[in-house]
Amino acid sequence: MEAVNLLSSNRYTEKQIGYLFISVLVNSNSELIRLINNAIKNDLASRNPTFMGLALHCIANVGSREMAEAFAGEIPKILVAGDTMDSVKQSAALCLLRLYRTSPDLVPMGDWTSRVVHLLNDQHLGVVTAATSLITTLAQKNPEEFKTSVSLAVSRLSRIVTSASTDLQDYTYYFVPAPWLSVKLLRLLQCYPPPEDPAVRGRLTECLETILNKAQEPPKSKKVQHSNAKNAVLFEAISLIIHHDSEPNLLVRACNQLGQFLQHRETNLRYLALESMCTLASSEFSHEAVKTHIETVINALKTERDVSVRQRAVDLLYAMCDRSNAQQIVAEMLNYLETADYSIREEIVLKVAILAEKYAVDYTWYVDTILNLIRIAGDYVSEEVWYRVIQIVINRDDVQGYAAKTVFEALQAPACHENLVKVGGYILGEFGNLIAGDPRSSPLIQFNLLHSKFHLCSVPTRALLLSTYIKFVNLFPEIKTTIQDVLRSDSQLKNADVELQQRAVEYLRLSTIASTDILATVLEEMPPFPERESSILAKLKKKKGPGTVTDLEEIKRERSSDMNGSAEPACATDGSTPSPSADLLGLSAAPVTNPAPPSSTNGSLLVDVFSDTAPAVAPLAPGSDDNFARFVCKNNGVLFENQLLQIGLKSEFRQNLGRMFIFYGNKTSTQFLNFTPTVICSDDLQPSLNLQTKPVDPTVDGGAQVQQVVNIECVSDFMEAPVLNIQFRYGGTFQNLSVKLPITLNKFFQPTEMSSQDFFQRWKQLSNPKQEVQNIFKAKHPMDAEITKAKIIGFGSALLEEVDPNPANFVGAGIIHTKTTQIGCLLRLEPNLQAQMYRLTLRTSKEAVSQRLCELLSEQF
Amino acid sequence: MSVLLPIWFFSERDLFETQRLRLMLFFFPLLSIQQMQFMLLFSRQGKLRLQKWYVPLSDKEKKKITRELVQTVLARKPKMCSFLEWRDLKIVYKRYASLYFCCAIEDQDNELITLEIIHRYVELLDKYFGSVCELDIIFNFEKAYFILDEFLLGGEVQETSKKNVLKAIEQADLLQESQNEDWGGLSEDIL
Repeated sequence: MEAVNLLSSNRYTEKQIGYLFISVLVNSNSELIRLINNAIKNDLASRNPTFMGLALHCIANVGSREMAEAFAGEIPKILVAGDTMDSVKQSAALCLLRLYRTSPDLVPMGDWTSRVVHLLNDQHLGVVTAATSLITTLAQKNPEEFKTSVSLAVSRLSRIVTSASTDLQDYTYYFVPAPWLSVKLLRLLQCYPPPEDPAVRGRLTECLETILNKAQEPPKSKKVQHSNAKNAVLFEAISLIIHHDSEPNLLVRACNQLGQFLQHRETNLRYLALESMCTLASSEFSHEAVKTHIETVINALKTERDVSVRQRAVDLLYAMCDRSNAQQIVAEMLNYLETADYSIREEIVLKVAILAEKYAVDYTWYVDTILNLIRIAGDYVSEEVWYRVIQIVINRDDVQGYAAKTVFEALQAPACHENLVKVGGYILGEFGNLIAGDPRSSPLIQFNLLHSKFHLCSVPTRALLLSTYIKFVNLFPEIKTTIQDVLRSDSQLKNADVELQQRAVEYLRLSTIASTDILATVLEEMPPFPERESSILAKLKKKKGPGTVTDLEEIKRERSSDMNGSAEPACATDGSTPSPSADLLGLSAAPVTNPAPPSSTNGSLLVDVFSDTAPAVAPLAPGSDDNFARFVCKNNGVLFENQLLQIGLKSEFRQNLGRMFIFYGNKTSTQFLNFTPTVICSDDLQPSLNLQTKPVDPTVDGGAQVQQVVNIECVSDFMEAPVLNIQFRYGGTFQNLSVKLPITLNKFFQPTEMSSQDFFQRWKQLSNPKQEVQNIFKAKHPMDAEITKAKIIGFGSALLEEVDPNPANFVGAGIIHTKTTQIGCLLRLEPNLQAQMYRLTLRTSKEAVSQRLCELLSEQF
Repeated sequence: MSVLLPIWFFSERDLFETQRLRLMLFFFPLLSIQQMQFMLLFSRQGKLRLQKWYVPLSDKEKKKITRELVQTVLARKPKMCSFLEWRDLKIVYKRYASLYFCCAIEDQDNELITLEIIHRYVELLDKYFGSVCELDIIFNFEKAYFILDEFLLGGEVQETSKKNVLKAIEQADLLQESQNEDWGGLSEDIL
């Protein structure tokens, strides 16, 4: 409070201290903001440049939405006014930028925009620097409006680049003319494609060439600042060259320049060179040039002492990989994997797996590579990777025998990773017969080998092995009795795990009663998988964000056709739809030859080796509608609860945005596995409501709670509510439940206070019969005026007192905020105590909104 | 069995503020924010000397980031490169005597120019204080902030000319002194 008083002081020192306090300590949501805004307004109007500067700095430092509301209209005027001092212009430009970032909707575009572009021509380089930042950000959002900035930026850049190092006086930094401004201009140009005007384009190319040439000149100073500033401009120029991706000559020159940096003694430059080269590798013009540096990069992988540099080297190897060098690169990556830092192992595993698959000419090499991968870094091999190898082996019959032989050999190691047991179990179950002719891998030996690992494995792996055993019964009738003995043993039939027990019982029955014909049909070889996007690629994308691997996708598509081509017709046999769960790329949808053993808990057993999650979405949980209704007027509380799970909600809404925290509590003492909550919007709902969820950890420990965040954006008015579907495994059983998520239109209400006169005037304006919706209904709860008031406020509208002539009635008003429009809403609720009835009337400017709000609110009384 | 779970363990305001930035990033993905996210100055002992945040974050979050970063940076060896990836940001840092200057920028930003931003700031401090040392910043932290504000605003470079920045600060100082003469002294209880 003292600080706010200081702001209004006329003394500079006091004002300064006040501003400092506010800048440092006040958070952008503080309630003091309104008071502060007043003081700032006075200072902005003061025409004293020092005071204006302080005020603008403060706005830029706090940068809250309230500030944007108050000043977003004012600052552009200051920025383009002819008589504004240069220093104030600079502050104003960046201040506006900050507000635009906070609340782009509040910064009005107008005729000032064209004048801002002309600031690029300003005499004062400081003004140009500040304005360029602003223009760049604005141009990203409104490229059309700022198109003229391209030619201005090019000519400015050209003047800087060609100037002698002393021309720009204080803007020359260690003999480099205006490095910051150059970088910003180059960044601005990256918002646009190469200029169409040949003159401008030629001038830009000249600039870029000059920058590249300068890199070859001997340094004008030994100081690191000189080379840093020079190279900062160079790297930005290279970014622009890569962005345009149209001048092969420049691309190759850039690549050679980076190649020199790869062996520079500055670690920083090596790091940046590796980083930039990654993007260069994706351009068809420079891919070959990048490849020439492979030895240097591999060397970097081996010798760099800094893990962040090594990580860059891995990225670059991945980017430069193609059919010609895949074997070498994969081998080097595998080599490196043995000593790699734990933090980056998983990523390397994924990369190796993708490269091995993508560039495999010879699939035996692929199988070897993946098995090596499991051997070296089994813990980091995710499910996707080993699912994928099985899928490929099944789809390609030329590699099946080899794969069976290799896994058989690999399994003979005294200690092998569980993932290897999984792959081994699956492959031998399918193709064990291909190597059974060799007495060293006779059926019995195969079985004993697998069974020797059985007891060391986790439940899912054991379940998989049991399936392998029943497949063996089909493949090798001669060892049927041995297998039956194993299945019959107490440790299987009476296993504590329901899944294992069930499999043992069913497989045993199947092997005893079914004829060989039936057995052969049921346990037929897996049909080839329909080709989809590799889930490994999907996973890497998820890890690294989109963009980094997009170029692979296309090559992938072209590959997939020759990998799977011949198998395509065979897999069109079944009509089952692919499941949404990310399982073995279609295993759940694969075989139609479902056995019909006494199916109990969840569906067919032979097929669910991998598909732990049932694809169907459960119907809404009973009672969830009641709970849903309770949340219409409140934001926090328990949404759902049963013996296993408690779901709590906490949410907040502002204008058309909102954020909901969902808390999942495990009430049991057992872990939930494969815990996957999904928020589902129906097709009708999707265009009107934007929901973003973050994934949650798939295991929830007993008694623990996990939290999930849902970001909400209301695009336009909507009727339905999204559904929250939760699937998980609890002790061997699969749980699937759905509840409605209470995101309702009224959450985007903003209350509006108004006088009686205003209210009725607006009420009359909305007299079109379509705008009014009325509902007369019986009270479900005791009719208490205070509770009713609370509910109306909770609903989101303002409760207007003394508007209705009858004091027993309730009147409310508010605005629904959506991204596209704002809808004014008026409501009136008339209770009739004698009849225990209510009459609710809603008038809004939109029919559907009146309808929906009336529905929602009627449920509340 | 009924287990009471601690569902509401932090305040509502806290909740919203912590994630505001992320929320914005979610909703305006087109608006790729390319700017400095924050700047920290800390000593070799890990004491924070100056902090400047260009994105709104809650105090709790700020403390967490600071703690994590100070640890990470201090653990790095001298010859290592000045850039590191941290969460989804890039950290650019440099050590001057006993002080670490550390900036967080976006993935697409120019690392080298950020390194020189740090250097220019150090030069400005040096010129203003006359061979600056850690104590200058501790005792005149407000000056350090003013200089930074003149140089960087909202995470963008505002004025790169050393002369111009210092001129602005000197003018302000003059204004302050001329007022000090006719003025009895700042009342003690204000700060």
